[in-house]
Amino acid sequence: MAQYQNLFTSVQPVGPLHDGVPLPRGDDKRTGTPFLFHLLGRIGNAQIGPVYLGTLGVASLLFGTLAFNIIGFNMLASVDWNPLELIRQLFWLALEPPPPAYGLSIPPLAQGGWWIIVGFMLTVSILLWWARTYRRAVQLGLGTHVAWAYAAAIWLYLVCGFFRPIMMGSWSEAVPFGIFPHLDWVSALSLRYGNLFYNPFHALSIVFLYGSVLLFAMHGATILAVSRFGGEREIEQIVDRGTASERAALFWRWTMGFNATMESIHRWAWWFAVLCPLVGGVGILLTGTVVDNWYLWSVKHHVVPAYPLVSPTVIDPAILGAKP
Amino acid sequence: MSMLSFERKYRVRGGTLVGGDLFDFWVGPFYVGFFGVTTLFFALSGTMMILWGAASGPTWNLWQINIAPPDLSYGLRFAPMMEGGLWQLITVCALGSFVSWALREVEICRKLGMGLHVPFAFGMAILAYFSLQVVRPVLMGAWGHAFPYGIYSHLDWVSNTAYQYLHFHYNPWHMIAVTLFFATVLALSMHGGLVLSATNPGKGQTVKSPEHEDTFFRDLIGYSVGTLGIHRLGLFLALAGVWFGIVCIVVSGPFWTGAWPEWWSWWLNMPIWRS
Repeated sequence: MAQYQNLFTSVQPVGPLHDGVPLPRGDDKRTGTPFLFHLLGRIGNAQIGPVYLGTLGVASLLFGTLAFNIIGFNMLASVDWNPLELIRQLFWLALEPPPPAYGLSIPPLAQGGWWIIVGFMLTVSILLWWARTYRRAVQLGLGTHVAWAYAAAIWLYLVCGFFRPIMMGSWSEAVPFGIFPHLDWVSALSLRYGNLFYNPFHALSIVFLYGSVLLFAMHGATILAVSRFGGEREIEQIVDRGTASERAALFWRWTMGFNATMESIHRWAWWFAVLCPLVGGVGILLTGTVVDNWYLWSVKHHVVPAYPLVSPTVIDPAILGAKP
Repeated sequence: MSMLSFERKYRVRGGTLVGGDLFDFWVGPFYVGFFGVTTLFFALSGTMMILWGAASGPTWNLWQINIAPPDLSYGLRFAPMMEGGLWQLITVCALGSFVSWALREVEICRKLGMGLHVPFAFGMAILAYFSLQVVRPVLMGAWGHAFPYGIYSHLDWVSNTAYQYLHFHYNPWHMIAVTLFFATVLALSMHGGLVLSATNPGKGQTVKSPEHEDTFFRDLIGYSVGTLGIHRLGLFLALAGVWFGIVCIVVSGPFWTGAWPEWWSWWLNMPIWRS
């Protein structure tokens, strides 16, 4: 039975490498000579390259590399230009946004000015990459579904680093660049606004996060299970249903009384994946701007009980006029 | 009735693990089988006990219904029905129905001549539930360490458990699990989007081929994992994410009782930094 489970590709036929379908007039040439990497071929395609760079790609990589390096050099400066300490403290280091006192004004470079420059460059890089994703699809005669899914992720990124800070009136609200520092930001945001678990949009976003993992496990497993019938040839199965689709559909119909089709499962997938950052972004945008304490909001709307106070109340120093 | 146009020829006997032909039939679209019966038994018993617990609780507010595990003082013993005994029986029923469901999936796979990937994947989810509700509480010596059954009460449990270790985001296995979860969503959006973009290319365009799919991702990032590979990759990312989720919570308590940010001091104090 084991040989039917199709976990790895045991035999890799090697033919002439594919340069890709022809590009329309006006496009650049593709870069790089494709080559095979055997270990990759055990799981998926063995072929690496070629890649299409183009103007958008080069510009995006340029801005992205600049942003990445400026973050790195700011971190290096924060450990007094000691490369060993950069490696040692890498996860703790940050390029922080400006302190609250600067509001939405432009601070000096060392006071968050670099953060604004990096944020701008990274955003330009991401938007150029979005344009490239859109453009590549159009040039190959494909729909633009991937680009619009990517736009949902960009929405969440812009909410955290741009829209919400503007609505709050301070760049200091934005996310720092750094491994642990951005995790600290997440915790601090949650604690400051009454525990994000009580934010219904956060809850819904988690539903779509776990739902996406569930869907991909279900879909990936189903397709692998019918791969002996050619189930991975999904486009062919969509336009001309074969026994792989029929068995895959019947498996779920007999299991849970409902089944998707070979095409609709990809619509479920797309929507679950897209709604995760989309709904999450709404939840973050409302936090601190519209709702100050998600726990009290939830008590007001009767979704959680009012818990007894077991510790003395702490007054937010900001209310007493303390300046950070 | 409730049969798809092509369904009749697939409804054949056999493939059962136990019970022979006894439960080898369908009810509407559902396959029954021996494990369908056990699933129904455990699911109904568990649901009735949840309703019982809700009825004896203070509220019928759907968000606030809460059936808590026994107090820590009960350790790993049986608790009185209204003191967590219900929770214990519900947990047994949940595990019974989950495992029955997985074995029923195995029977359906055998009937349809499919691989066993789906029940295996579901097994990983069952393992996660088992680890949270049985393995970790047993290692820590009390059922009270398991999470309660309730919509907001289980969120409170997550929050409280996480803050017992000061800052759970510093848990390295939690970091890996979250990374894999996000990667799964990313891969799912790209896969779903790619298939839809090839089959829905816009008015007047013909449906595209897997060569177009491969070309799109090679043009974009220099590599396309391919039609078979993406399903292996997606399944792996999803299951690995759940696996590291299991590790991250089972180590918290039984094997690490401090603050997670402190865990990293081994890295900062390695002898190689001394110079």
